[in-house]
Amino acid sequence: MTGGEVVFSRPESLRRTPTHYCPGCTHGTAHRLVAEVLDELGIRERTVGVAPVGCAVFAYNYFNCDFLEAAHGRAPAFATGVKRVRPELIVFTYQGDGDLASIGLAEILHAANRGEKFTVVFVNNAIYGMTGGQMAPTTLPGQVTTTCPGGRDVEQVGYPLRVAELLATLRTPGYIARGSLHGPEAIVASKRLVRRAFEHQVAGTCFGLVELLSTCPTNWGLTPMAACQWVVDRMIPYYPLGELKRPESATGQVAS
Amino acid sequence: MGCIMIFSGSEAAAKPRKLLMKGAEAIGEAAIRAGAKAYFCYPITPQTEVAEYLARRMPEVGGVFLQGESELAVANMLFGAAATGARVFTSTSSPGFSLMAEAMSYIAGAELPVVFINVMRCGPGLGGVLAAQSDYWQATRNSGHGDYRCPVLAPSSVQEAAELTLAAFELADRYRNPVIVLADGMIGQMMEPVMLEGLAAGEPVEKPWATQGCGGREPVVVKSLYLDPQVLERMNRRLAEKYAKMQTDEVQVELYNVRERHDLVVVAYGTMARICKTAIDRLGKEGLQVGLVRPITLFPFPVDAVHSAARHSAAGVVTVELSQGQMIDDVNLALGELGRSAFFGRSGGMVPTPDEVTRVFRDLVKRGAA
Repeated sequence: MTGGEVVFSRPESLRRTPTHYCPGCTHGTAHRLVAEVLDELGIRERTVGVAPVGCAVFAYNYFNCDFLEAAHGRAPAFATGVKRVRPELIVFTYQGDGDLASIGLAEILHAANRGEKFTVVFVNNAIYGMTGGQMAPTTLPGQVTTTCPGGRDVEQVGYPLRVAELLATLRTPGYIARGSLHGPEAIVASKRLVRRAFEHQVAGTCFGLVELLSTCPTNWGLTPMAACQWVVDRMIPYYPLGELKRPESATGQVAS
Repeated sequence: MGCIMIFSGSEAAAKPRKLLMKGAEAIGEAAIRAGAKAYFCYPITPQTEVAEYLARRMPEVGGVFLQGESELAVANMLFGAAATGARVFTSTSSPGFSLMAEAMSYIAGAELPVVFINVMRCGPGLGGVLAAQSDYWQATRNSGHGDYRCPVLAPSSVQEAAELTLAAFELADRYRNPVIVLADGMIGQMMEPVMLEGLAAGEPVEKPWATQGCGGREPVVVKSLYLDPQVLERMNRRLAEKYAKMQTDEVQVELYNVRERHDLVVVAYGTMARICKTAIDRLGKEGLQVGLVRPITLFPFPVDAVHSAARHSAAGVVTVELSQGQMIDDVNLALGELGRSAFFGRSGGMVPTPDEVTRVFRDLVKRGAA
């Protein structure tokens, strides 16, 4: 191997830990994108992450930086506490859709509206993963879960929440974007969004949230490849990709 | 500043300054003197004056003041802020304290020092906004889920509210544990002379567990999840040892007119204890010896002081509370073989007059003598 060029390695911001995530789950990819950005921006040693309740509760077993473990949905309040007291630290929350869009909706909305200068990585897989596949606020119309066995009935429980769009309406400047992790091109594009969100924090510009459409093959009952295709066929049409809000478009209108 | 100087002019310069302050303001100022770096809050009567005071004061001392979207969020902000190693606190009143209970459990589990000021109002539910002591159980047992306890400090004057606020920060740091200052609406709203000079933070405690960025060391994690039952039980046992140490080392109690022998022994705390003192003084003029045991720490409870005072009391013990009877459970546990305590309480925001309490005590003494 001597003289060989290293073209791919584990980022310093990730630990050498065997994964506990299910085969085909994209949490690992999301972790890696964040870790690569921490490395590239040289901020690992002043970063504090906040783990959610859900599949990513053990995020601190993977990330090689200081971490807090939040109560369910409260990660944005935890992050607010850290960032307000130590503004020089880089703070990010890593939250799933049950955590952020259901039980923690008030915390994320108010943190974004206050313009808290931390970064949110929002993993949306349209289901509760850790508890075994229940309906989430993001579950698609007609999607079958253990608590909507007949498929999500929008007459009974309403339509899925589009959190990124909701936050993009706020007057307070912020960076709101949505990417997807279903394939290589989408992953590369998503990394750019994650990096921009962190860059805004490093510059002290604004709150940032990047929603990442993710797979849950286990609870969707699909193979990993079919799950990636399901993101393309079902999720992206309802959750369109792109930058929804940039700090310079502070009028509350969605950036094109 | 919302406070009035009692002494003024050149003569006052040499004397310690006495200020006339509301309890709520004295608590806020004492916290600043304790080195509190951040205060998170949500408005609720009867303690919103703490927030209003600190909205002005915190920026003056370079501290953080933030009004959160709910008590739920506030208590979780405290977790994050405390995890950085800063001294942090909040103040609230009963219904708000219930909302903070979730985070208190996590804070206790993660062993973070946080001070919670609960200026009790009457309940249950929205109840009312007047003074009560009906959250004794909630404060001294568990506000939230899980096997944990918090020191609970109960002031009975504005001066003591300031002193115990400072003490709460010291205890919180020393034990890595949430600490509750349990005042009632009367203490929060009342104005009294207070001396703040001399109130200052003690020696800073090392906080190697604080999440401040991992530069120059291995990363640290502040958490409360332990899925391995053996590991969690070890953790539970370690916490239990901590609470046992509090019970050995941290009991604070005031004994008022406690002697060798009594006609009656009273156990009361906070505002209620002050009313009892007036009644005790009056009965003393009638030749009746009534002793008062006033727990300053509700947890750890002054078990020995109660038991010892009760041993020689002709009419036994009466517990007096602004509730229908909560602390009486601890009094009865303390009495053990000595029997059970009588009870007198008013609630719903009703505060008994010294006359009313005097009559109750006199009747108890008569009945005990009969």
